[in-house]
Amino acid sequence: MPRLHVDRLRSGDGSEDEYRVVERTGLAAWDATTALTVVGRPYPRVEGAEKVTGRACYAGDVRLAGLLHARVLRSPLPHARIRRIDTAAAEALPGVHAVLGTHSAPAIRWYPDGLLFDRTLRFVGDEVAAVAAESEETAADALRLVAVEYEPLPFVVGLEAALRPEAPPVREGGNLVGPPKVYARGDAEAALREAPVVIDETYTTQTALHNCLEPHGCTATWDGERLTLWDSTQSVFDVRERVAETLGLPEHRVRVIKHHMGGGFGSKQIAWKHAVIAALLARRAGRPVRLMLDREAENLAAGNRNATRQRVRLGATRDGTLTAISARIEQDTGAYLVGGEGSNTSAIYQTLYRCPNVTTEQVGVYTNTGPAVAFRAPGHVEGAFALESAMDELARALDMDPLALRLRNYAEADQRRGRPYTTPDGLRLCYERAAAEFGWRRDRRPSGQGSRRRGIGMAAHDWGGSGYPPGYAWVKLNGDGSAEVVTGTQDIGTGTRTGLTQIAAEELGLPLERVLLHLGDTATGVYAPVSAGSATQATIGPAVRAAAAEARRQLLEAAATMLEAAPADLQLREGTIRVAGAPDRALDVADVTRRIAPHMIQGHGARGPNPDGKAVRTFGAQCVEVEVDVDTGEVSVLRVVASHECGRIVNPTLVDSQVLGAVTQGVGFALMEERVVDAGGVVLNANLEEYKVPTAPDVPAVVHARVDRPDPEANATGAKGIGEPPLVPTAPAIANAVFDAVGVRIRHTPLSRRRLLAALAAHRPEPA
Amino acid sequence: MNVIPIRSSSEIRLTVNGRPVTLEVRPEALLLDVLRDRLQLKGARRSCDMQVCGACTVLVDGAPVSACTYLAVEADGREVLTVEGLADGDRLDPLQEAFIEHGAVQCGFCTAGMLLTAKALLAEEPSPSPARVAEYLRGNLCRCTGYRKILDAILACAAPGGGTR
Ligand code: FES
Ligand code: FES
Repeated sequence: MPRLHVDRLRSGDGSEDEYRVVERTGLAAWDATTALTVVGRPYPRVEGAEKVTGRACYAGDVRLAGLLHARVLRSPLPHARIRRIDTAAAEALPGVHAVLGTHSAPAIRWYPDGLLFDRTLRFVGDEVAAVAAESEETAADALRLVAVEYEPLPFVVGLEAALRPEAPPVREGGNLVGPPKVYARGDAEAALREAPVVIDETYTTQTALHNCLEPHGCTATWDGERLTLWDSTQSVFDVRERVAETLGLPEHRVRVIKHHMGGGFGSKQIAWKHAVIAALLARRAGRPVRLMLDREAENLAAGNRNATRQRVRLGATRDGTLTAISARIEQDTGAYLVGGEGSNTSAIYQTLYRCPNVTTEQVGVYTNTGPAVAFRAPGHVEGAFALESAMDELARALDMDPLALRLRNYAEADQRRGRPYTTPDGLRLCYERAAAEFGWRRDRRPSGQGSRRRGIGMAAHDWGGSGYPPGYAWVKLNGDGSAEVVTGTQDIGTGTRTGLTQIAAEELGLPLERVLLHLGDTATGVYAPVSAGSATQATIGPAVRAAAAEARRQLLEAAATMLEAAPADLQLREGTIRVAGAPDRALDVADVTRRIAPHMIQGHGARGPNPDGKAVRTFGAQCVEVEVDVDTGEVSVLRVVASHECGRIVNPTLVDSQVLGAVTQGVGFALMEERVVDAGGVVLNANLEEYKVPTAPDVPAVVHARVDRPDPEANATGAKGIGEPPLVPTAPAIANAVFDAVGVRIRHTPLSRRRLLAALAAHRPEPA
Repeated sequence: MNVIPIRSSSEIRLTVNGRPVTLEVRPEALLLDVLRDRLQLKGARRSCDMQVCGACTVLVDGAPVSACTYLAVEADGREVLTVEGLADGDRLDPLQEAFIEHGAVQCGFCTAGMLLTAKALLAEEPSPSPARVAEYLRGNLCRCTGYRKILDAILACAAPGGGTR
């Protein structure tokens, strides 16, 4: 059993005391010498059959008698005040059961400074009203009958415009989200003044849209004072807390369920308005309500990766030792702060390289566009593009191999907290694996034929992915010797069900088929945090292992009595318990559980603390080869080699999938994806036709050069996160390869044809 | 002033996954809504709603169509195959098996459309080249997998002879 310690941290200054809670499991970590039989194998997904037959239930698939369909009316203007709203005609339409708007909805606080339905609208797509009706068509008809009189207000679109002194204010108090977040160690300005080689460039990254194939949405139903929500969310517990709080319900009367979801990528890591709107409509109508966003709403109002502008300065000695890093970062927050994991673009400047003098300054800027939210490695993707491009520029300035420059400067310790990493050589391993597999050669010259030029580039990254407490799991053994694992985490499509089932089966000594994992339900599961930060396997995996270990201990004690042996002499494998050295004295797990049934073996597990005095981190490096057509400006990514240090690999197929999928999103970010907003604040490509995401023919050959090495200091399973990191270095590696191929540096994503052609034209010497 | 048109329903008869079905539908009703909400066949998914992503793909008389933009009345007299009809009882279609085995499924939202598109391709061309498979899938978006394992799974079900490129 995990032991819970609560320490009182007395504040001493009259403010409230705080409590520190530590749960220790006493489990010895699986290290590189532990022989594992289930963990580490490429099992197919445990829910595969559900998904290929169409049975898998998503938020909009729930069948309920009397289900109504909800739609939301959204602001057509980027900034406006609602002067008057009249919903009488909509309410009178046959088939309409509930209507909500500023005039009729409860005054529920939303965002730090707004209401669920606010009179002030701050972006095209902001919520104005909502209806629930017998059919989608009737709901759409009803929205057309809502009469709204808007008072247009001055608005601003885009970072640069919003920062001008005369810019219209998105809200009172101006367009800065707050004072800049400043970090400093050493004296970067002095080091830059003294550095013999300095790079000073400005980079920009675009606003990108998640475009999960399943939009945000939920189905809501009431049973008296009990609310059940099937939400497409990365955090059932966060949604429960938010919905309960806003509706004034106790948490045990709100049940949030997520069986399957069609992607999240960060955009579903917070509770969004739709959950509360659906609950309110369902209560008002007295019928269940389904509210799924359509693609346009998804791309207007369900989050995005914030655009950035980053001025980067690097200082180095002639031998290529970094002496200074300075970054000034502006990022486009959109109209509201939505919470969740922020885009911490500064972080990678502070951590990736060993450097005594570092300054970062980051400021968020409000604009009249949809709000930004975490998007797979938020901040790191944006920061890495600039930092890793600048490092390539530095290598060129020093006439040094970009790989050699990185090998000289990468960090082996967390310089922000002065702690060594548990895997100080993690990044070196990635550089070496990637370079070897790719055939990275310094002396290689760009090649090409006709208008096509080939070049190579590389980039690296670090990321958290350590996991953290708290997080819980239970294990119960049934009478027939099968096992069930219960946890409140969620599988957002990454394969969490499968990875956690493997952990449980390993510890229980059972074949995988004899273990079933339940998750994604606040009513049955124990608390687990949001599935974000690439932390789920490393957070819940150890909790599942702890719960299984507790069940195993009880199982072996019971078996010891039956076999007349000491528990320490028993071995448990493949569902059979044997007495060491006496092969004929054996029992199946089911023999034990059946004899004690209906008494039941149960194990409870908690996530233990992260190591004291050390920092847990993940790393990676990618090498790419591109071909640029100098006549058309088209960039084709020919191949990518990706190497990532994520501790033990619990399931190679699942990890490969994360790498392939993330690199593909990286190609999209680098070359094609960009939300386009016109001067009137209207998003011109809020759809999947004009917002381009990679298609099957766009995908390069990707090799995952695995680094499968347990990190036993990280946690009891030795596994760390992999979901986000492989997206981080792809875009800068591509930009660096483009420079290698054609000698022009593109400092802005996406590297579109238009940008490339303009840069190539500017680069070409004037005809004599 | 908005005018809400009065719409009348009509009767359609079609075959869905081998079973005859008779339904009253409004003229603007989409096949996707009829399948999902009237027939409780949820495998076809709504995503882009404009015939771009392929998540709603079903086969009508063997040809892939986007059910999100296909009127239910157009299916009158035709045979519709959805992902629910791919397996033969408990026996999965080889494509379904291959998708599971190759790890071609992540979140699963694109999966039904991918399977049906692949089914149509292999019926048309039993041994497509890898490049041909990728090209054929251009209208099926997947945000999770990076496509590679989907292509591998489909190629594993193709008859030999399609080459390696
Ligand atoms: S939903 Fe029909 S093609 Fe995308
Ligand atoms: S598996 Fe998620 S969209 Fe394809």
